[in-house]
Amino acid sequence: MTTQETVKLTRKDFQTDQEVRWCPGCGDYAILASVQRALPNLGVPREKIVFVSGIGCSSRFPYYMETYGFHSIHGRAPAIATGIKLANPDLSVWVATGDGDALSIGGNHLIHALRRNIGIKIVLFNNRIYGLTKGQYSPTSEQGKKTKSTPFGSVDHPFNPISVALGAEATFVARSIDVEPKHLGQVLERAAAHQGSAFVEVYQNCNVFNDGAFESITGKDVKADQQLHIEHGMPLLFGKDKKRGIRLGGVQGLTPEVVELGVNGVTEKDILVFDAHEQSGAMAFLLSRFQPPEFPVPIGVFRDVKRDVYEQEAHQQIERVKKQFGEGDIQALLESGETWSIE
Amino acid sequence: MTQAHNPPVADPSHKHSSKHRTDVESAVIRFSGDSGDGMQLTGTQFSNTSATLGNDLATFPDFPAEIRAPAGTTFGVSGFQVNLAARDVYTPGDEPDVLVAMNPAALKVNLPDLKMGGLLIINRDAFTKANIERAGYDHNPLEDGSLARYRLVTVDVTTQVETALRDLGLSFKEVARAKNFWTLGLIYYLYSRPLEPTLRYIESKFSAKPVIAEGNRIALKAGYLYGENAEIIEEVYQIGPAKLAPGLYRTINGNQAAAWGALVAAKKSGVPLFYGSYPITPASDILHELSHFKSFGVSTFQAEDEIAAIGATIGAAFAGQLAITGSSGPGIALKSEAIGLAVGVELPLVIINVQRGGPSTGLPTKTEQADLYQALFGRNGECPVAVIAAATPSDCFQMTFEACRIALKYMTPIFVLTDGYLANGSEPWMIPKLESLPAIPTKFWTEKNGFQPFMRDPKTLARVWAVPGTPGLEHRIGGLEKDFNSGHISYDPENHERMIHVRQDKIDNIAQDIPDLDVFGAEKGGKLLVLSWGSTFGSVRQAVQTARAQGLDVSHAQLRYLNPLPKNTEEVLRRFDKVLVPELNLGQLAFYLRGKFLLPVIGLNKIQGKPFRVDEILDRINQLLGK
Ligand code: SF4
Repeated sequence: MTTQETVKLTRKDFQTDQEVRWCPGCGDYAILASVQRALPNLGVPREKIVFVSGIGCSSRFPYYMETYGFHSIHGRAPAIATGIKLANPDLSVWVATGDGDALSIGGNHLIHALRRNIGIKIVLFNNRIYGLTKGQYSPTSEQGKKTKSTPFGSVDHPFNPISVALGAEATFVARSIDVEPKHLGQVLERAAAHQGSAFVEVYQNCNVFNDGAFESITGKDVKADQQLHIEHGMPLLFGKDKKRGIRLGGVQGLTPEVVELGVNGVTEKDILVFDAHEQSGAMAFLLSRFQPPEFPVPIGVFRDVKRDVYEQEAHQQIERVKKQFGEGDIQALLESGETWSIE
Repeated sequence: MTQAHNPPVADPSHKHSSKHRTDVESAVIRFSGDSGDGMQLTGTQFSNTSATLGNDLATFPDFPAEIRAPAGTTFGVSGFQVNLAARDVYTPGDEPDVLVAMNPAALKVNLPDLKMGGLLIINRDAFTKANIERAGYDHNPLEDGSLARYRLVTVDVTTQVETALRDLGLSFKEVARAKNFWTLGLIYYLYSRPLEPTLRYIESKFSAKPVIAEGNRIALKAGYLYGENAEIIEEVYQIGPAKLAPGLYRTINGNQAAAWGALVAAKKSGVPLFYGSYPITPASDILHELSHFKSFGVSTFQAEDEIAAIGATIGAAFAGQLAITGSSGPGIALKSEAIGLAVGVELPLVIINVQRGGPSTGLPTKTEQADLYQALFGRNGECPVAVIAAATPSDCFQMTFEACRIALKYMTPIFVLTDGYLANGSEPWMIPKLESLPAIPTKFWTEKNGFQPFMRDPKTLARVWAVPGTPGLEHRIGGLEKDFNSGHISYDPENHERMIHVRQDKIDNIAQDIPDLDVFGAEKGGKLLVLSWGSTFGSVRQAVQTARAQGLDVSHAQLRYLNPLPKNTEEVLRRFDKVLVPELNLGQLAFYLRGKFLLPVIGLNKIQGKPFRVDEILDRINQLLGK
């Protein structure tokens, strides 16, 4: 035990001497603060934490964290983080990424990292726009969006990051919001504690190029009706007095609908109880499709299940083979097979 | 038939009753057949056995890009050529002395190369009407007199094998598959080779399938006895051992050598090996080989794509491992941006490029040297990377080891260029003693006082390697330009220029740490120097040796280091009236040398997916010397 491990760190310990260069008012500031507040609670010394990023506004993140950091190239952070984690499973490895970085240029690395379930924590700052390149539509921008590169409106159908992560069989999938620091902090701590890959989408306001993208969800007067806080084992209720809820209906019983307690004989027993540990991920996927105005936006942990963890399996395999065949002897290897001597 | 089941184990000292035995100095033999005929195995076994007799040799496997091309077609023909001799061998040989053709398509493809009067051994059972037509012949070439210029031996191989194996209860297919061992047995007889090494191979390879093993054993011996008894071969050959330096030997191919070089470098540096790769011809065998080495603590990572392969490798380098990625041209193209990142963050990284024919997908299974520009220049910005190239299959061991040394010592990415010909070709290799190989001293930085991530060793200009997990050294690196002193992001114009220079100087400075360029021949200079790099070494050395034996004033130098060049390069080139640069490309090294030294070097270029023949180089030497 080094002193660093026993001394309780604070938010300040994770701040660097670098001037933060995001636009004033950017949602990234709030996310940075939440992360810096959450990390001391993990009990991991700073030298064992690594932040890896790609390119984009969010990818400046490592420069502001007093940990090890790697600001890499566009979209490749999950690949680089995979190498770091595989090389040293003892490290707590985080990826800070954005919607363009993770879902456009780096989509392949994202899904494969999640599929492998390598123990890296991916925090995706979703602002539904390209900020650093000054305002082009992104893979999460809504169809019809007018941007610098789509003056007549985008004709692209967007990705839903949670659905993508679930489709890639991620074992931990969550969503939070830049302006909900307490919630975000809790989600990040749970992501850190999870064995294997964790994927956290954070709604982030880009006040310069896409201001108010999430206002209809995060505004003080609307959020109770527009956000559905999901928690394992709890009924899916929302609204000011938790009077509204989600029920499964339709002919097959697979169609979700918003109902009100006390109206048309609806009671709490009719409300769907959320199961984040459900193996198939079907309920999580169903919830990931919820969009306003028909449905509130689910916030919280969508999926939290156990599966073999890549770096553990890889290292155990090495140990198993060593045990079975003994520690490798290089000279013996070089001299194996057909050899002959020349005198 | 009992005789075929229980033959004496053949032994080269065995009396070959009526046969005349001739000592020859060398032989070039090509085995050819359908992809499914097992010619690669036959060739490899023949070569390995010959190596154990002390012959020097070089091999050239040549297989189609299609995994299972339609049987009997010319594009499905697979070949394996070996040149074995009682003297030094530098190439797999220009023209085969012996051609084995297992079907009409193999005959059609390979006959043009066979030496006039060469021995042509044919499986006549495969010359059915359908096969003859499929190969594109109008008539049966065995009957129209078109083979009169060769010593033709036709054997009913299929029938012979069926007869020998009929009691084993093997399926038709399994019997057919034993044809290659039968043929191998016959050629073993022809060249007075022992069967034991192959019998041992069969024993270990087919241990799980005893009946198949037995079938192969019987086929091998039956082929041998057929040669001895049938009156088709009037003369058998013997090739004595070559004069190789004393030591313990084995055969090795280039990809295996590269993998082993990496493994040994990890041992010698004490830094664990990480190999990140994505399957690609002809580099995949390095991944296959290293993936077996778990008991040595080797991590192999098969990534989702080429970019992830190098990305994870760079991550592993950051975390303190000996990080290597391997690919071929198209994959290297995808890795280019990440190589630039590794240059910017100054992490050790070895990139093996097993070159193949390009551009684009090009000729995946054929060889070429056309990625030299890519290695030297193929990135955005001023982005210097060290580049070295292996000369022979076994040299892939040496050069991969050397690349690891340079990468670790100078904290830099480095290319090792090999190619399809080196990767699959094999040769005898004197097995080194681990303790005789140099250590690769490597240190991780741990000192907190005054630490800056881009602090440099004043001599090597290498920055410090401070890995995550080290208390007190938390720092950030990235692709943005860094301040020379603090390593923080810097957009300062003068600082940028300074950083560009220091990265370039670091690479240039490696020239102080590599061997000088050696001259084979007239060290003081003369009329003509042939300068080669990479796998053209063998053909050039053979050609120059032959020309010198004829009294010509010609010398040879091999560039193993391409960036930086050995520091005496210009001076060596200027000792000669003319410099000839043979390359399997349109003149990439020649262009580089002209640009660097304003020297009018002369190119000799070939881009056919095949190595140079010795006579092609010899002809040009003669021309240039006015002979
Ligand atoms: S452009 Fe948008 S996302 Fe980027 S820093 Fe400015 S406000 Fe933040």
